[in-house]
Amino acid sequence: MSIRGVELGLRGLGKAIANRTILHDINLEIKPGEFIAIIGKSGCGKTTLLRLIAGLTEPTIGQVALDNSPLAGLNPAARVMFQDARLLPWKRVWENVALGLPNLNPEHALQALHQVGLADRAYDWPLGLSGGERQRLALARAIANTPSLLLLDEPFGALDALTRIEMQQLVEQLWRAQGFTAILVTHDVEEAIALADRVLLIQNQHIALNLPIHLPRSRQRGSAEFAAIKEQLLGAIFGAGYPLTSRVVGA
Amino acid sequence: MALAIEQPTTAPRSAKKRLQLRQLGQRWLPWLVPIVLIGVWQLAATIGWLSARVLPAPSTILQTTWELLLHQNLLGDIAVSTRRALLGLAIGGSLGFIFGLLNGTFPTSERLFDSTFQMIRNIPHLALLPLVILWFGIGETSRLFLVAFGVFFPLYLNTYHGVRSIDPNLREMGIVYGLSKWGLFRHIIFPGALPSILVGLRFALGVMWLTLIVAESLASNAGIGHLTMNAREFMQTDVLVMGIVIYALLGKLADTIARLIERRSLRWRVGA
Repeated sequence: MSIRGVELGLRGLGKAIANRTILHDINLEIKPGEFIAIIGKSGCGKTTLLRLIAGLTEPTIGQVALDNSPLAGLNPAARVMFQDARLLPWKRVWENVALGLPNLNPEHALQALHQVGLADRAYDWPLGLSGGERQRLALARAIANTPSLLLLDEPFGALDALTRIEMQQLVEQLWRAQGFTAILVTHDVEEAIALADRVLLIQNQHIALNLPIHLPRSRQRGSAEFAAIKEQLLGAIFGAGYPLTSRVVGA
Repeated sequence: MALAIEQPTTAPRSAKKRLQLRQLGQRWLPWLVPIVLIGVWQLAATIGWLSARVLPAPSTILQTTWELLLHQNLLGDIAVSTRRALLGLAIGGSLGFIFGLLNGTFPTSERLFDSTFQMIRNIPHLALLPLVILWFGIGETSRLFLVAFGVFFPLYLNTYHGVRSIDPNLREMGIVYGLSKWGLFRHIIFPGALPSILVGLRFALGVMWLTLIVAESLASNAGIGHLTMNAREFMQTDVLVMGIVIYALLGKLADTIARLIERRSLRWRVGA
């Protein structure tokens, strides 16, 4: 059951908050079903870009096009997974999933929980879940309505390293099964390379690097190609000062 | 553990028994002082240390209660008082709830009303009693007005605070997941504010009985207050004490119900 992902176009997109330019002249075409990762230093505007695509903030200039029609207000195709799980503690696990479903359908909710391996906790309260389980639940809620666009805002940033890898594999697996378009904002360069078809680096208010990743899936993090791409990205982020150790020693 | 190792054969059983006894003691210990006090009171009244005019024996009060239940309309009086209390609570409480929601949700509404409410809140509402009697006479309206006025503020303040303290991130999540305005209220705002609203309800229940007692004592032709005021005129100390005890029991009952509601609707807090 492959769902067609949505096609996205960012056309001359700019955002300023209180006279400070956050993003400037962003142009990007995203193919249906593509997996995009956005990286950059904190405060570079990558979360703002995601919020623009979600329709949670209005662009100052330019537009977001959804299957070639301009987006006005909230993006109807998008489901967002936030860094904090944002669960409703007063609703049971399955009810949290059902929140985004038409008619709060319990069967679809259970099915989504099954997909993330949380079916046995369906009738528990969210306060009893671990950090990893909370994000699993948030993921189940995000995919329950089979969205055509999944926006991930540093969703694994607060997880421990092992749980993070597990969650990355889960997202990749669901993406391959459902075929939605995915946009992942992350500060973890390895995560971006492991998951994305293309990695975007945002720097100085615009897209400084647009790097397709051609490694076959599932990707081996230990491989030489992987390491080379990582070096390339880190070099682009830190510029001439990379590797950082030499600068510290030299100073 | 150390004890059990020293005396492997006998220790576990006797320790278990001792533990059971201690648990039993823990459960009944809070009742000890009241029971002793009532016992002493009964004894003092029977011996004659306490004049029946000052404080009649507990047994006399029980007997009076029984007679009033059988031959006079005590249940009717209790019903009248309870009805007044609940009606006042329904009027004032729902107004407080509605304004709490409005002012918690809409900044314009908050700017328009909140400072006025905060000013009026500082009036001790029982001080209004003479004025209220001037306005509405000594009928049912005055009593209801006072109760409603008294319970308005605890419910208003706590509802308002509850709505304001909801995590804006949860609200944003609801919007992203396509909830309507009503859906946001039903799934996020109301349940999120509920713990605070219930605290307000318990405060309001306390205010409700207190206000009613004062309002009924001053002027009334039925109800517990009417009963006790009559009893004062005829020097029936036993009926007076009975009235006080009934007020206390009604107050306790209301609080217990509120706590049950609290426990039932806030199960999610304990997990599992």
